[in-house]
Amino acid sequence: MSGIEKQLREIDKLNTLQQRDQWMNRRHPLVKLCLTVVYIIFVVSCHKYQLSTMVMLAVYPFMMFNFADLSLKDAIYRMRLILPIVMAVGIFNPFMDREVVMELGNITLTGGVISMITLMLKGLYAVLSAYLLIATTTIEDICFALRRLHMPKILVTVILLIDRYIYILGQEAERIMTAYQLRAPSQKGIHYKAWGPLVGQWLIRSMERAQVVYESMTLRGYRGEFSYGKKRKLTAPDFLLLTVWLVAFVVIRKGF
Amino acid sequence: MHMADALLSPAVAGTMYVASAGVAAYSIKKIREEDDNKKVPVMGVMGAFVFATQMLNFTIPGTGSSGHLCGGMLLSALLGPYAGFLTMIGVLLIQGLFFADGGLLALGANIWNMAFYGCFIGSMLIWRPMMKKGAGKAKIIAASVLGCVLTLQLGAFSVTLETLASGITELPFGIFVATMQPIHLAIGAVEGLITAAVLVFIYEARPEFLWGVGSSDTKEGKLSTKATITILAVVAAVFAGVVSLFASAFPDGLEWSMENVAGTAELEATGGIYDVMNSIQSATSFLPDYAFKNSEAVAGTSVSGLVGGIIVVALMVGISYLVRLGAKKTKSE
Repeated sequence: MSGIEKQLREIDKLNTLQQRDQWMNRRHPLVKLCLTVVYIIFVVSCHKYQLSTMVMLAVYPFMMFNFADLSLKDAIYRMRLILPIVMAVGIFNPFMDREVVMELGNITLTGGVISMITLMLKGLYAVLSAYLLIATTTIEDICFALRRLHMPKILVTVILLIDRYIYILGQEAERIMTAYQLRAPSQKGIHYKAWGPLVGQWLIRSMERAQVVYESMTLRGYRGEFSYGKKRKLTAPDFLLLTVWLVAFVVIRKGF
Repeated sequence: MHMADALLSPAVAGTMYVASAGVAAYSIKKIREEDDNKKVPVMGVMGAFVFATQMLNFTIPGTGSSGHLCGGMLLSALLGPYAGFLTMIGVLLIQGLFFADGGLLALGANIWNMAFYGCFIGSMLIWRPMMKKGAGKAKIIAASVLGCVLTLQLGAFSVTLETLASGITELPFGIFVATMQPIHLAIGAVEGLITAAVLVFIYEARPEFLWGVGSSDTKEGKLSTKATITILAVVAAVFAGVVSLFASAFPDGLEWSMENVAGTAELEATGGIYDVMNSIQSATSFLPDYAFKNSEAVAGTSVSGLVGGIIVVALMVGISYLVRLGAKKTKSE
């Protein structure tokens, strides 16, 4: 399977997950968005030596993954993109900070080792919680929540349109790459002589597509307004979800 | 270059959000002034286009590796800085959500590091002045390479500053910068050439698509190949100078050993910055934890906390797993 196909499958899989009729999927997008952001703030504001708090904070993503019936493996796989930079930043901590701060039986843990572990955990939790949000909430619903938070219409519309066209243009990228590889079997990527014409022609096609999109939007009555997801009301389970977790986060931070 | 949430403290992430939101508000105002409804669909489709082109592999001649397009520079050359910036925000948000490339909290920083430099510095300081008197093939190549190199250097430098200000890494600032800048110099040059190839094609096929190109004057509008090479050579020399300046500050270079660095007073010096940043963070974070002001307290409380924490997490996750199993069973029945 080509790299592009893999990425498209990932988008497809997310779309399928978002459409499921699960308890977590039915929750108000604003609650899920706020909860995710608050959780990430709690996670990243932990002190670098606060390992026990970091361990406790695992309770949110791990429990919610079960409630939302999501695969941890798929979510951890998403770490691959941010892992190199997090590793690069944290890997030297054990060499730089050698002060012993914890003893577990015979094993002594230096400040550097602990700060490296907490950094990795921070990266992992942030990715897991973002996955929890996007796997249970459609982009339309996230945009609806963003509008409720008064994000400007123009920005929300652009986000929605990008989302709408990613899959279509991604498929086009896949076809272009397949066609190119069939004609140039010994090449790994696009030859430099084809950089301009190949992408340039695709760009012109896309600009023309944008023109058609605009015309069809206008014909359907577009005047700068757009519908941003289903209108939802906050329900009792939404308040419960938000309150329980907010209290839990505070207790974890205070208690550990 | 995407920053991850883990690399930022809430204080730095918040500051970057405010800065990026300010630029976004200004861009929205400018776009509204234009009152061109047509621009919005173009922004959406072009955002998806930039996203899709990131999936293509461009072979770099003479090497086995591949490069990608420079999204910010391409968008601002086609849509202008304001629309380009807003489109990049959409691209970065969706990248962060769909592919975990970046993060929700780090979005403000990523917008600043990539979209602001790419769209505003790239287009306002390089693209527009160079295209004022008409475009030309050589001019487009020079502007694209210069724009991509400069904006990526600024972006990489910002990543270093933001990580340092967050107090995440124990790496001394100089070493971090000396690692980040040269890597992004190479990436910038390649991205610039790929972007240039595409923009040159557009210039030849549909020049009306390019933004900020003034009326063409046959003599003034063109830049000779010689002049282009001179510009590129000057850029290379300047950046080589900057890089060597950092390298000379750390003469040990490759022979730099962990023990030596750990033993020097340099750590003490960086410790000062970290302490200041930590105090800022504890003052601004939601729940500053005063129990961790000295490491002895950490050693004393953490072992029991850690064991207790693991037990509680295991218990809670276990319960939720049972709920999941139960729900599945009732569904299958």
